[in-house]
Amino acid sequence: MIDHKHQDIDAATGTATTGHEWDGIKELNTPLPKWWLYVLYATMIWSVGYWILYPAIPLPSGATRGILGWSMRSAVTQDLAELRADRAPMVNELNKSTLQQIASDPKLAEFARAYGHSAFGVNCAPCHGANGQGSKGYPNLTADRWLWGGTLDQISATITHGARYGDPDGHQGDMPAWGSQGLSKQQIDDVANYVYSLSNKTTDDVSAGKKVFADNCTPCHGADAKGNPDMGAPNLTTKIWLYGGDKDDLIQTITYGRGGHMPAWGAKLDPATIKALTVYVHSLGGGQ
Amino acid sequence: MSATPAPNVKNPAPAPAGTEKISLYESRQQIYPQSVSGRFRNIKWALLVGGMLLYYFLPFLRWDRGPDLPAQAVLVDLTNGRFYFFGIEIWPQEVYYFTGLLILAAFTLFLMNAVAGRVWCGYLCPQTVWTDLYLLVERWTEGDRRERMIKAKKPWTPRTLAETALKHFLWLLIAWWTGGAWVLYFADAPTLVKQLATLQAPAQAYIWIAILTASTYLLAGFAREQVCLYMCPWPRIQAALTDEYALNVTYRVDRGEPRASVKKAIALREDGKPAGDCVDCGQCVAVCPTGVDIREGLSMGCIQCGLCIDACDNVMGKIGRPTGLIGYDTDINVHRRAEGLPALKPKLVRPRTLIYLALILGVAAAMGFTLATRRSLGCDVMHDRNPIFVMLSDGSIRNVYTVRVLNETGYERKFYLSLAGLPVGKLSVMGEPAGGGKGVPIIAPPNQTLELRVTVTTPADAQLPQSTPIQMVLTDAKTGETVKKGDYFKAP
Repeated sequence: MIDHKHQDIDAATGTATTGHEWDGIKELNTPLPKWWLYVLYATMIWSVGYWILYPAIPLPSGATRGILGWSMRSAVTQDLAELRADRAPMVNELNKSTLQQIASDPKLAEFARAYGHSAFGVNCAPCHGANGQGSKGYPNLTADRWLWGGTLDQISATITHGARYGDPDGHQGDMPAWGSQGLSKQQIDDVANYVYSLSNKTTDDVSAGKKVFADNCTPCHGADAKGNPDMGAPNLTTKIWLYGGDKDDLIQTITYGRGGHMPAWGAKLDPATIKALTVYVHSLGGGQ
Repeated sequence: MSATPAPNVKNPAPAPAGTEKISLYESRQQIYPQSVSGRFRNIKWALLVGGMLLYYFLPFLRWDRGPDLPAQAVLVDLTNGRFYFFGIEIWPQEVYYFTGLLILAAFTLFLMNAVAGRVWCGYLCPQTVWTDLYLLVERWTEGDRRERMIKAKKPWTPRTLAETALKHFLWLLIAWWTGGAWVLYFADAPTLVKQLATLQAPAQAYIWIAILTASTYLLAGFAREQVCLYMCPWPRIQAALTDEYALNVTYRVDRGEPRASVKKAIALREDGKPAGDCVDCGQCVAVCPTGVDIREGLSMGCIQCGLCIDACDNVMGKIGRPTGLIGYDTDINVHRRAEGLPALKPKLVRPRTLIYLALILGVAAAMGFTLATRRSLGCDVMHDRNPIFVMLSDGSIRNVYTVRVLNETGYERKFYLSLAGLPVGKLSVMGEPAGGGKGVPIIAPPNQTLELRVTVTTPADAQLPQSTPIQMVLTDAKTGETVKKGDYFKAP
């Protein structure tokens, strides 16, 4: 309680007290400046402005909208539109230029790589990994071998039309399941031994498998087993194996066949993004 | 504050009989500081002129750094993330130099406090300096203390209205120039001045000028001592840091009391009775910019500007008494004089000042040393994490690194990037031709960071452990300056 009847002066300090007293302890009155109080009132009035301008009061039917009509969603939309506007000149350059022109212009290539990296993270990383490192069944894009070719134009075609994805211009051709198409278990074992010997040192006699290979596999993989990018037939003489290079893996592949899908991105992504993706993937370390 | 000689009479004074209402908020008492002349006033004028000339004209000082870099001596280039200070150029990653500067500033403030209390507040604080300038304008347009007090009580006349309008116009002019000079530190000053004059400067420049004009006008024109009394943290910190050796503006109670008028004092002295030198003329209070009565002892409101010393010395001179009734003195002497002991000389050399000085010199020397010996090039190596290595078709292993080459000079430089610690490894830079014996040649553009994708490849039969420490070596083709950066080569 404030005692308004008498002003109480504290003997030790000569300062007036507020009149508040707790068990004999009194509070000295050290008054705040009035303007300080007015600043507090001003901030209160200021806060009312927020209620009016922005979404503020939660109601059963949703929060009040505020007269500015601001929402987080519209703010994001606006930010994205600004971002697109910022990028527009460079994106137009991508649209106008050929892949070779983009790759040879340092500034445009840098933009394409950054733009492609971001598009890669959204669209490609689920299968090919964050930096194109791939995994079993999903090609590593950073190494120096390509199923469907590693030039700019070949990469672009693969991204646009995909593989085994229903696009008539896309890559076709499967690895047949030889276990149900005329090869016996012994023949499969022999040819797996032969294929294994192509990239590994081995002292086994692989002549039986070599014959099986010559009779069945050369149309796609070639007599020298170096593959054919037009058919997506991998080079079997290297250390790079999409489905694993152990004998067990090879037997599995030969017996049951292989044929992964690559979506045809031409229907989903605009040309500039595909160009940027191409330049980015080409720059990952394996581009030809 | 430490012990005070006079009884500490704090506001609010006991209310007169009949008006015993207690308020928890107090109205501001307008202060009308009177003009004064003297030693400390002159020091303050000199610091004001010097400081303002420095502040207003420093952005126009030129400093040649070559054709590709700005020629402004002091420039904060926010767009490109560079800070230029004469021959020194700071990049964002070297922001610790600012930490060093802040540490230096803090210890300098502490040292100033150990020597002479709130000397910063009284002489150098921008709030004090700008308020001083505003008060000069106020006196020039509206008259000195007495005139302003009289005019404040009377209704407006065309004359007072014109004077006040002129005052506010001049205040705004100073405030505008203050804000205007501030933005000049963030862009090429002559160019920006031209743009401002032709209304073609960027919007931020106008916004910042408006903000700083408003704050200067408000703080120096209106808030004044309220900033020191209620807003600034330094008086509170200072009160906890100060000690009994610090020189503070002090009223000599032993000389001043008992107070008496000039005639009465003479009469008393003739009778052999005690009579102080203080004639209670109130000049010390009249000149005080914060409205403090120094005779009540040291208080939170006193900014130690020394103007009351000038005022009192002038009065003592006129009445033929020795000057120094108010002067810089230590708390030790306040107590010694109260006990009738002779005053001691102020002790400047003592552990506290020496420690502060040692810390200041230590930090300054460390900063000076790192600045003097820092390299003009930098190199950062980041190993690609995913994949950490790639096996190529022939079984060889490749690691990819992102290497950042920082050329911190204003001219283009040629470097060689080479590999150490892995004799079987071959280093190449994506998009660059293969290098010779010295390494891969790199052209680094001036004052920029060049980002390179670097591969290191080892043959299939290298038989490397999972991790081998390597070094990227960057060598200046001309000077041979070298920087090495360690990383690892990863294998299956």
